[in-house]
Amino acid sequence: MPFRRAAPSPGAFVQCANCRKTLFAAEFQANLKVCPHCGHHHRLLWDERVNLVFDEGSFTETDAELRSADPLGFPDYAEKHAQAMERTGLSDSVINGTASLQGQKVSISVSDFSFMGGSMGSVAGEKITRALERGVSERMPVIIFCASGGARMQEGLLSLMQMAKTTAAVESCRSNGIPYIAVFTDPTMAGVLASYASIADVIISEPKALIGFAGARVSKQAGVGKVPDDFQTAEFLLKSGMLDRIVERRNLRSTLASLCRMLGGHLMTEAPRG
Amino acid sequence: MAKSWKEWEKPVLELEDTIKKMKSLVDAEPDPVRRKELADRVADYERRRDAYLQTRYSRLGPWEQVLIARAEPRPYTLDYINALFNDFVELQGDRKFGADHAIVGGPALFEDQPVMVVGHQKGRTIQERTQRNFAMAKPEGYRKAIRLFEMAERFAMPVITFVDTPAADPGVESESRGISEAIAASMLAMFELTVPVLSVVIGEGGSGGAIGIAVANRVFMQEHAVYSVIPPEGCAAILWRAPEKGAQAAAALQLTSDSALRFGLVDQILPEPFGGAHRDPSEAAKTIREVLRAGLAEFGAMSPEARKAQRAARFRSMGEVLAASNS
Ligand SMILES: [Zn+2]
Repeated sequence: MPFRRAAPSPGAFVQCANCRKTLFAAEFQANLKVCPHCGHHHRLLWDERVNLVFDEGSFTETDAELRSADPLGFPDYAEKHAQAMERTGLSDSVINGTASLQGQKVSISVSDFSFMGGSMGSVAGEKITRALERGVSERMPVIIFCASGGARMQEGLLSLMQMAKTTAAVESCRSNGIPYIAVFTDPTMAGVLASYASIADVIISEPKALIGFAGARVSKQAGVGKVPDDFQTAEFLLKSGMLDRIVERRNLRSTLASLCRMLGGHLMTEAPRG
Repeated sequence: MAKSWKEWEKPVLELEDTIKKMKSLVDAEPDPVRRKELADRVADYERRRDAYLQTRYSRLGPWEQVLIARAEPRPYTLDYINALFNDFVELQGDRKFGADHAIVGGPALFEDQPVMVVGHQKGRTIQERTQRNFAMAKPEGYRKAIRLFEMAERFAMPVITFVDTPAADPGVESESRGISEAIAASMLAMFELTVPVLSVVIGEGGSGGAIGIAVANRVFMQEHAVYSVIPPEGCAAILWRAPEKGAQAAAALQLTSDSALRFGLVDQILPEPFGGAHRDPSEAAKTIREVLRAGLAEFGAMSPEARKAQRAARFRSMGEVLAASNS
């Protein structure tokens, strides 16, 4: 793996973002950043996500060479992007790779919200596309973990086109018998939700994740009716039929493994290609 | 920052007023010499009007392009459908929830060839604007589009779409019925098509709501249309917490037709009559007719598999990425 973050120092405390209770950092980390009091699922960094779900040491990063351009010369974009790289140690908001899940090889893409809000510009769009294409070319299931505010406006229309580009890659999975599972994490919004995320074979979400097309304020202004209390949460989407399941973090690995084993069963038995 | 396209059209409107008055003088003038004199002056005024329009419209800034793309006399989808197609039969049902008049569609004849036409539709009167929700489609609109795309595929009809929306509907109801899924599914349905698909951006190409019906083999964009990942006011609100800085955001977003062409995101700019498509809608329609005819001939000659592959490859190539050498 390209880098590792330092473990929290023993004795340090953190506060739950939801119930505000004080928690031991080590305990919080051991509980997968889920609050033991209220069950709030705090955001994970990409490598925490990988370690949580996949077989130990099985992750190999791919497409790491891709770097963002600043095609529009958009005000402050180059600086903001450089700062995000510096702060997170990542090159953009999406990390690709292959890993194994209870022994089954999978192609994965993980968004990290800490990098410019997980926004999708050309690099993120290219990586998502390649992760889906890798599933097709290497005959393995694809799992994408979404965490994004939407398209990256600093790359203008190029970002909008990533919605179509990633959708084309999903179409390729569908016509080639490659299962694709999307995991919505907090938050999954706008241009990401309205493209590859919403057309997965199976859509799973973490509890209470914020999920929506427009910013909540815009939606509420536009609507005339009553706004439900759980508007734009995973629970709201589940009720609306837009999600297949809400899965708690501790059960994510086993749920994904079962789905990959069943939906990708035909891939394990088919004759090697090439 | 201008608030309306009418601001820079004011001199034109004044000139046209004068021209109109002088024309009635010409008609009433019995003396042939005097009459000729007056007619020459009318011609002179008309030249001045055209010269003004020509220079003014050849140097519109990005924000002015946004305003003209939104201008209410600009031809809308149904105007082009009436001008370009025969026998259009509008089909309204999404067969799932309800009728959405922000998107219209149905079969029509283009020069005797059956095609499926789908487009966003704005309204001109207050009533029609409300009925059409300002061309902001709800999930039903995209699901109707999907149904029409699939029907086109069954009956081997090319698909032609007209793009003109500020955005998809962001309301609570749309959210609960899956506006995001509807847009994504519509793009997916377009990628699945093996018939030719041509799209024309005729006004506002507003983010996800626009790309939802713009997955084509060839995408044309009218000269004064705009195409953007986010409305400029929304971009300004997020970046600078100042929606009134829309003009600045419009410049930064590079949402004009020449930028879209330069980045290879549209294939061809369709020149508009001087002063915009609304000054001569039939001339604007003629230009669209020519590219549609050429596009249908070109993609009609391809195999179904090649058409589907070309469409996927067209979008696959989009994006600007660099490759680091040391990783
Ligand atoms: Zn808590």
